[in-house]
Amino acid sequence: MRIVTIDKKKLVADLDKLRGDYRIFVPVKEEKYYSFCELLDGVAPDFDYLNTRMSPKALIYPQSEVMFEYSLDETREDHHTVKEVSKNYAPRAVFGIRPCDVKAFSLVGKNFVTPEYKDPYWLKAFEATTFIGYACNEPCNSCFCTTAGCGPFHEEGLDVLLVDTGDNWLAKVLTEKGEKLVAAAGWNTAVPDTAEQIDVLKQSAEDKIVSHVTTDRLKDQDTIALYEASFWEDVSFSCINCGTCTFVCPTCWCFDIQDENRGKNGQRMRNWDSCMFPLFTLHGSGHNPRGTKRHRVRQRFMHKLKYYVDKYDEGIQCVGCGRCVRLCPVNIDIRRVCELMNSHGEAAVCEVK
Amino acid sequence: MSYITKIKEISEKILKDCTVEMVIGFRKGTVPMMNEPCFAKTPAEVKQFVWDGNCGINLVNYLSDRKEKIGIVAKGCDSRNIVTHILENKIKREQLYIIGVPCLGMIDRRRISAAFGTEITEVREDGDQVIVTGPGSEKTFNRTDVMQENCAICIHRNPVIFDEMVADPLEEQKEVDRYADVRHIESLAPDGKWAFFEGILDACIRCYACRNACPLCYCPTCFVDEHRPQWVGKSQDPIDIRTFHFLRAYHCAGRCTDCGACERACPVGIPMRQFTKKLEKDCLELFDWEAGITLDIRPALDSYRPNDPDEFIK
Repeated sequence: MRIVTIDKKKLVADLDKLRGDYRIFVPVKEEKYYSFCELLDGVAPDFDYLNTRMSPKALIYPQSEVMFEYSLDETREDHHTVKEVSKNYAPRAVFGIRPCDVKAFSLVGKNFVTPEYKDPYWLKAFEATTFIGYACNEPCNSCFCTTAGCGPFHEEGLDVLLVDTGDNWLAKVLTEKGEKLVAAAGWNTAVPDTAEQIDVLKQSAEDKIVSHVTTDRLKDQDTIALYEASFWEDVSFSCINCGTCTFVCPTCWCFDIQDENRGKNGQRMRNWDSCMFPLFTLHGSGHNPRGTKRHRVRQRFMHKLKYYVDKYDEGIQCVGCGRCVRLCPVNIDIRRVCELMNSHGEAAVCEVK
Repeated sequence: MSYITKIKEISEKILKDCTVEMVIGFRKGTVPMMNEPCFAKTPAEVKQFVWDGNCGINLVNYLSDRKEKIGIVAKGCDSRNIVTHILENKIKREQLYIIGVPCLGMIDRRRISAAFGTEITEVREDGDQVIVTGPGSEKTFNRTDVMQENCAICIHRNPVIFDEMVADPLEEQKEVDRYADVRHIESLAPDGKWAFFEGILDACIRCYACRNACPLCYCPTCFVDEHRPQWVGKSQDPIDIRTFHFLRAYHCAGRCTDCGACERACPVGIPMRQFTKKLEKDCLELFDWEAGITLDIRPALDSYRPNDPDEFIK
């Protein structure tokens, strides 16, 4: 592990140089919002941002991804044969991504990469990517990362951590992948005492997190008792069952597979799906096991805050980025629901003691 | 007496005397400029109710097909959607106790965020002023400068139907030019119109927040969710995105009250009302029709009059 400095004034030139070895993705301001875009000629990176509107999960897991193509033209020998489409898995680097959004890839990976199944599209894209994280000196006031197993300087999943010190950035190299990129960019200037400087900034950033969740009792909660808790009617009342929370969430991974034909040609693709949509669980028989919004809202929170906790025993399926809190049209707040779930039955437990 | 004191007083009264089984209103949100729709089933639960410039969600969305007797807090636009709901048999008039609120206009949180520049920690309202606080800074805006656009051009701020008002009616805004934006789009060449609508749809992520926030969109299965047959693809294909938005807008023709719930709900800031306003203008100009004003006349699109302006129909 080493720490080098990057001169902000030379950054754009350095990144341009890296474009020979990597496809580079950077935060870009689009009208009122930020998103990650490929650094091509004419694209101006802008690192003066708090958080991108959409999570950058689409860099690895696009909202719509074609997997196969086929022909329905029976005069062709290969008609009705599903063929894998070729994709560009050349090395890429995401420069300036927030630590919470990178930690989210570790969570999502638990679903896409298991001993039994390895999702080739997610895995190849993930492995091709070098993540250059960007520590949050000034976290948003709706961020609750420090109590969601993450933090403004969290290093999990990162290859390099960038820390803004004013005129320069410090780049803390964390992995071989990161070392390779830093070397390719020619960032070699090491300055003494920078580790302490990073520690001070880290502490200061963590102290600025004003929003928290309490998750200590989730694991021990009785699943059925939570499932049948009376608060779901109140929690779900305002929900309009749009897919905003799931689409903006960096840790939501569900998708739907569709075939789309145009003329005699077809594509098999997968598209993000949402547990908020009734169609998500509609059976062929017409029965829907999650037929009301109460069922669907409960599913979203039970999955993130209970089933995931029970299955992996590694905390909640949330990194505290706060996007769902900020963008929910009706202000359903996962922090409030987490509190209800965590404290459920608390009084009764105390009485027994 | 302030609006909220009166809202609480009426709500408690109608719950206590069993006029209704629940009252639908708003409670204070967890982030600035957001309140959450909620219900009270007991007088004690009424305490959570709030009223301010962040009650832009259209509560009529929560009435569809409910069977209880319900109290509902209604702004001018909400009340017009109640009329539309009654006309379309989504709720019965006798099921409702309408608590009418003369509306001062709702705050546009995107406009304030853009004007403020940095993060916002608190937004307070003081009469005609909106005071915005962030880390280390404070700015004061005139309410009229930061209102939702649909509120700025609203000519029905007072509820058109109610059981009890929380205050005397406000003077309605006069000589409002409601259709400057529509006239601009009408003036564009076909290429320009195409580019305009393509441009505003660029950001769509198909979360359907616009549709789901809309009290008019109550179909048991929306055409985009039909799968036997499936009419519309599910990807980010611009044709499918366009199909959804254009068809949805036409389904709202002669029904839309310009409440702005769709625009407010959109997480990516699409100016949703641009899809529906032209239809509203056409209904007004061709049929002298404004949605949700009266229970006594059938809506423009489900009635025929001998003086229909279209030649082909005669």
